[in-house]
Amino acid sequence: MERVDLLQIYYFMRLTRELEDRTRKLFLQGKVAGGVYTAQGHEATTVGAAMVLRDGDCIAPQHRDLGMHLVRGGSPRAVMCQWLARGNSPTLGRDGQIHIGDMHHGIVPMISLLGESLPVACGVALSIKRLKRPAIVLASCGDGATNTGQFHEALNFASVQKLPVVFLIENNGYAYSTPTYKQFALQDLADRAKAYAMPGESVDGNDVLAVMATVGKAAAYVRSGQGPALVECKTFRVRGHSEADKADYVPEELRAEWLGKDPIKQFEEYVSREKILTAAIKTEIEARIKQVVNDAVNFAEQSPAPDPATVADYVFAPDGLISMVGTPGAQDPRYINALDQRTGQPFTTMSKTPLTLPEEVGRR
Amino acid sequence: MTAMTYLDAISQAIREEMRRDEAVFLLGEDVGSYGGAFKVSAGLLEEFGPERVIDTPMSESAIIGSAVGAALMGMRPVAEMQYIDFITCGFDQIINMASKMYWRVGMPVPMVIRGPSGGGTRGGPFHSSSPEAWFFHTPGMKVVVPSTTYDAKGLLKAAIRDNNPVLFLEHKLLYRQPELRAELPEEDYTVPLGKAIVRREGEDMTMLTYGAMVYQCLKAATVLEEEDDLEAEIVDLRSLTPLDRETIMESVKHTNKVLIVHEDTQTGGIGAELAAILAEELFEYLDGPITRVAAPDAPFPYAPPLETAYLPNAEKIVTAARKLAAY
Repeated sequence: MERVDLLQIYYFMRLTRELEDRTRKLFLQGKVAGGVYTAQGHEATTVGAAMVLRDGDCIAPQHRDLGMHLVRGGSPRAVMCQWLARGNSPTLGRDGQIHIGDMHHGIVPMISLLGESLPVACGVALSIKRLKRPAIVLASCGDGATNTGQFHEALNFASVQKLPVVFLIENNGYAYSTPTYKQFALQDLADRAKAYAMPGESVDGNDVLAVMATVGKAAAYVRSGQGPALVECKTFRVRGHSEADKADYVPEELRAEWLGKDPIKQFEEYVSREKILTAAIKTEIEARIKQVVNDAVNFAEQSPAPDPATVADYVFAPDGLISMVGTPGAQDPRYINALDQRTGQPFTTMSKTPLTLPEEVGRR
Repeated sequence: MTAMTYLDAISQAIREEMRRDEAVFLLGEDVGSYGGAFKVSAGLLEEFGPERVIDTPMSESAIIGSAVGAALMGMRPVAEMQYIDFITCGFDQIINMASKMYWRVGMPVPMVIRGPSGGGTRGGPFHSSSPEAWFFHTPGMKVVVPSTTYDAKGLLKAAIRDNNPVLFLEHKLLYRQPELRAELPEEDYTVPLGKAIVRREGEDMTMLTYGAMVYQCLKAATVLEEEDDLEAEIVDLRSLTPLDRETIMESVKHTNKVLIVHEDTQTGGIGAELAAILAEELFEYLDGPITRVAAPDAPFPYAPPLETAYLPNAEKIVTAARKLAAY
């Protein structure tokens, strides 16, 4: 892999972690209403999987997939406006957490009910296949969601219809307080693939290069038109289900073991050892991340609260033409799905300025 | 030009919309090779191919969820529930994905969920549902209930062209009824959502109704005219959401008495909401209590005498109307 690409991976993993750390701080300061769900320890899984994707691909992420959003160009400002329930968030303050998405940029907005995004991902994939596009959908869920009926309906439907979906299971050991041994009799969730005649593979979810290789292999299979594939990333939720959850049901030795396998620490050791990450580059990356995070928080803190008078507005979409997402001219304003008709403005899910690490950083 | 059935009109609507717009496609159980359990989609697979007429597994959440995903991409899926009763198997995709999506993230979900509803066919508790109240109560869902062959075609076309999730409730009893046969215009036409229609004019009371009950009301109105010299005005709602308040209120303002008739169970049925609206907004115009004729609060029974006793019919409507008229 190119040096610049390895630094990109490191950068996105760090950015994901720093943005979530800042969210946690805001929560402790009482600035975030409701629940805060973060994903310390998931960074190799989420960043690694998303790094494999190409232009035109789609993700159907869940609540611990901030890393995927960021790799695909999602806006940290939008994320902070969501957490701070601002009136200019992508949901106008109507929904929280990272329940955001932009179909034109291939992000399906999640809901709180888990497993539900998988049939929706099938519908996106069905359209991609009908339109004969080379794109794929990366649809994620946790170990918990693999027990829902909708997980099974989605995998079954995708497999019989040969839909271009990579189903990514983020097995982090717990569904809230319920450990995996109480959830299912299987050891490896990749084995669920057999029930749907699709390839399934497990991988160390804390090793970002291993994740990229495994998801990359699955993506290549799916792109070949042979149907969907399943990848199980074995990782661990080192924090609580939400920030309000101390998670003292997790044995301390288990948590300590996984903290020792922190994905960022492991990757940093690797790229430092290989002299890809120098002290100077690390400092520069950290400065960039700090700037991005501060900008996002400042922007959100200066954004207005939502207007209560409009709470019951925009329940129904207006009449008008709808464009096929991804066709040339799809974002022409004459199509009502090209803009957010509630504001008359473009959707705000995506970052206006590129988030990616500039190439010259890798060449220093 | 031959008269066609209510079912033919639905088939034609789907076919014409699929010809008109490549984004429209059909998915559901047995809709493809078999042509649908009621043969609504007969011939569509042959004309449009398996990518646009999809035989799905028995997976209502996947059917409806896929429709949401496809709609988000700009397609216009028509998801069939083989019997509308089975919609409960896909309930969450409707409530938490489809209906909240636009309000939540500003992305429209142009999809139709359609299927045969209603009783009178000895279908029993799981093949006779009137599910409209659950979805009438769901912000973000439109609910449409055609009673005539003309409306079945026009409303379905409008529903398919609408940019929101629309629940299109066909009545299985009306599918092949000879009395409903009609010659339809050759040219393309739609019936707008949100517009009720007066099926019969009268001065003495308004009957608010929809679906198959329109015909029971018409029968009752004939009896009331001949035997009691009472003229009932019948308003066929056609759209439950959006509701045509204007037509309803215009009617009640000049009749001053309201009888609401629906096949669905009484408590929390559409009638309860209509009654509340009229009590709140037209109180001064009412010369009698708002009255409902509906099925009792029990699941839908199977045995013929039970079904007959359970369903509202012209006789029960006449009894209620006479009582209201006498007030």
